[in-house]
Amino acid sequence: MSKALLYDSTVCIGCKQCEQACADQNKLPYNDSVASEDRQSDHKLTVVLTRGDKFMRRLCMNCQEPSCASVCPVGALKKTAIGPVTYDASRCMGCRYCMVACPFSVPKYEWGKLFPKVQKCTMCPDRVSAGKQTACAEICPTGATKFGERDELIAEARQRIHDNPGKYVDHIYGLEEVGGTSVLLLSAVPFEAFGYPSGVSKDPLPILTYRVLSHIPDFVPLGGVVLGGIWWITHRREEVALAEGSTPGNDRNGRKQ
Amino acid sequence: MSSLKTIRFTFWKFIFLLLMAAGLYATFVRFSQGLGASTHLSDQFPWGIWISFDVLCGVMLAAGGFTLTATVHIFNIKRMHSIIRPTILTAFLGYVLVCVALMYDLGKPYNIWHPLIMRNPHSVMFEVAYCVMLYTTVLALEFSPIVLERFNLQKPLKVVRAILIPLVICGVILSTLHQSSLGTLYLIVPEKLHPFWYSPLLPVFFFLSAIAVGLAMTIFESSMSSKHFGLQLELPVLQELGRVLVVVLGIYGILRFEDLANRGVLRLAFHRGYETPLFWLEVLLAIFLPLILLLQPRVRNSPTGLYWAAVLVVLGFITNRMNVSITGFEGSTGVRYFPKWTELAVTGMIIAGGFALFGLAVKYLPIFPKEHLAQEPVAELKDEVPEALPALEHAGD
Repeated sequence: MSKALLYDSTVCIGCKQCEQACADQNKLPYNDSVASEDRQSDHKLTVVLTRGDKFMRRLCMNCQEPSCASVCPVGALKKTAIGPVTYDASRCMGCRYCMVACPFSVPKYEWGKLFPKVQKCTMCPDRVSAGKQTACAEICPTGATKFGERDELIAEARQRIHDNPGKYVDHIYGLEEVGGTSVLLLSAVPFEAFGYPSGVSKDPLPILTYRVLSHIPDFVPLGGVVLGGIWWITHRREEVALAEGSTPGNDRNGRKQ
Repeated sequence: MSSLKTIRFTFWKFIFLLLMAAGLYATFVRFSQGLGASTHLSDQFPWGIWISFDVLCGVMLAAGGFTLTATVHIFNIKRMHSIIRPTILTAFLGYVLVCVALMYDLGKPYNIWHPLIMRNPHSVMFEVAYCVMLYTTVLALEFSPIVLERFNLQKPLKVVRAILIPLVICGVILSTLHQSSLGTLYLIVPEKLHPFWYSPLLPVFFFLSAIAVGLAMTIFESSMSSKHFGLQLELPVLQELGRVLVVVLGIYGILRFEDLANRGVLRLAFHRGYETPLFWLEVLLAIFLPLILLLQPRVRNSPTGLYWAAVLVVLGFITNRMNVSITGFEGSTGVRYFPKWTELAVTGMIIAGGFALFGLAVKYLPIFPKEHLAQEPVAELKDEVPEALPALEHAGD
C-alpha cells in the first residue's frame, strides 16, 4: 500500500513549522529571510503561501505515475512503491528534462553551483521506509498536514467535504490529477489561486511519450527490411540493365534512362 | 580585385577571431562559475538557446546527411553522388558540434556517458541520447573513407566500403528515430506548450521538417561552396533537390494546417497575442514564401532562386524550433527568456568553429571531385601566370 500526505488548508494556521522541519530534514539553511520567500527553490522544498486569511502549501506532489521519473534518461528519479518519488544525484547528468516535463514545475536546480543537482521534496523516503511520518506531517501542530495510507486519506478527505457543506471546494486536488498524486489537497478557495494548474489531464502524462516510444522496437527491423529491400530492387535493376547491354546510369542531362 | 579579396579574407578572419575570443571567455565563465552565472536560465525556464539552437537546430541542420545517403545509396540515384561528400562532412561536423554544445548545457557534463549504463527506456531523452551517440559513430564511419583515401590506407578503406550499405541503413533508421524524437520530447507537456506548437503530430512535423531542411541545407551549402571554393555548380542536381523540396514542404504545410484546424487552434492565429506574430513569421518563412518561390519554374531552375528559397526554409525551420522550445513556453511559465551574452558567445563560437572546420576539411581532404576543384581557379590563373600550371597539377594530391 502506498503512503500519502493529506493537506487540509482550512486547518492550517500558517506557522511555517513544516518549512523549518523540511529544511532541517534536507540539511538546508532556514532563517527569517528564507521563511519570507514565497516560492519553491533549490533551498526551499516546501512553502506555505498566504493569500489574505487563507493558506496553501506547495510541495512536490509525488505523482503516482510521475512525468519526471518517466523522462529521466538515467533513472535518477524513481517512484517507490511506498509513495515517495526519490532522486539520486550521483546518476543525474543535469539535462533538466524533469524540470521541463513536470506538470507542476516542481523540480528546481542549483543554478549557483558548479556541480549542480536537482532539488525537490522527495517525501522523506528514509523516514517513510522506516515506518515514520514525513518531517512536515510530524511537526504540524494542527494536523493540517496528515500522513497515512493513500486510500484511507482519500476516504477521510471525502468525509470532511461531506460533513462540512460549503466549507470546501468540492474537489480533492491530487485524487485524479495526472492519474493521481501522493499529495492530496483540500481548500476553501479554488486551487488556481495558489498556482496549482487547473486544466491538468486526468490521465498520467508519461503515456503521451510512451505511446510513440513503444513503436520503436517494431520500427527498427521493419525500417531495416524496407530500406534493404529498396536497395536490393534499385541495384538489381542496374545489374539487369548491365546484363542486357543497355547503358546503365545517367545520360547527358543527369536523368536516369 | 586581388586587394579586395585580401580585405574580405582578413575581415572574415577578424570576425572569426573575435567570435573565438568571446566564446573562449564565455567558456571560462561557464566552467568556472556554473550555469547560473553564464546563462539566463532559471527554474521557470530550464532550457535555453543551447538546447533550442545548438541541439534542436543543430541536429535538424545536419539532416542532409541521412537524406542524401539514402537517396544515393538506397535509392541508387547516382547523379546525386557528386554532392554526397560535402553533405556527409556537414552532417558529421553538425553532430560533433551538437555534442560539444551538450557539454556546455548539461549541469554535470562529466556524467554524459551515464545513459550507456543507466538505462530508462521510457525516456525520450534516453532514446535521443542513444541515437545521437550511435549516429555520430555512423557518420564518423561514413566520413572515414575521405580521410582513409587522403592517406591511401587501402585495407581499412576496403572494410568500410564493404559495410557501407548496412551502415547507411542504420544511419537512416537512427536519424528517423531521433529527428522525430526531438519532437516527441515535447509530447509530455500538453499544458505547458502553446497550442500553436503542441500537437500529437510533433514527431511527424520534426521528421518532415528535418528532411526539408536537409534538402535546403544541401542546396545552400553547395551554392556557398561553389561561390567560395570556385567550384562548378551542380545545377541539375540542385534543381532536382528543389523539386523534392516542393513536395516535402507541401506535405508538411498541409499536415501542419490540417492539424491546427482539427485542434481548433487556427482561429487563434488571427487573434492578437504574443505568440501570433512569431507563428506567422515561422509559417511564412518555412512554408509559404519558399513554396511561392519554388512553384515557379523560372525561380526553381535558377541558382539564385534555389539559393534564396533554401535560405528561407532554413531560417523558417530555425524559427520553428525556437518557437517550440522557447516562445511556446513563455506564456505558461510567465517568464520571458532572452539568452545572456555568454550563451550567445558560446553558440557563436560553435557556429564559427563549424565554418572553419568545413573550410579546413575542404582544403586538406578530397571532399569535392578533383576535376571540379581544378576548373575555375586554373582558368583564372591562366591569364596571369601560365607557367604555374604544371606545378598546380599535383597541388591537390
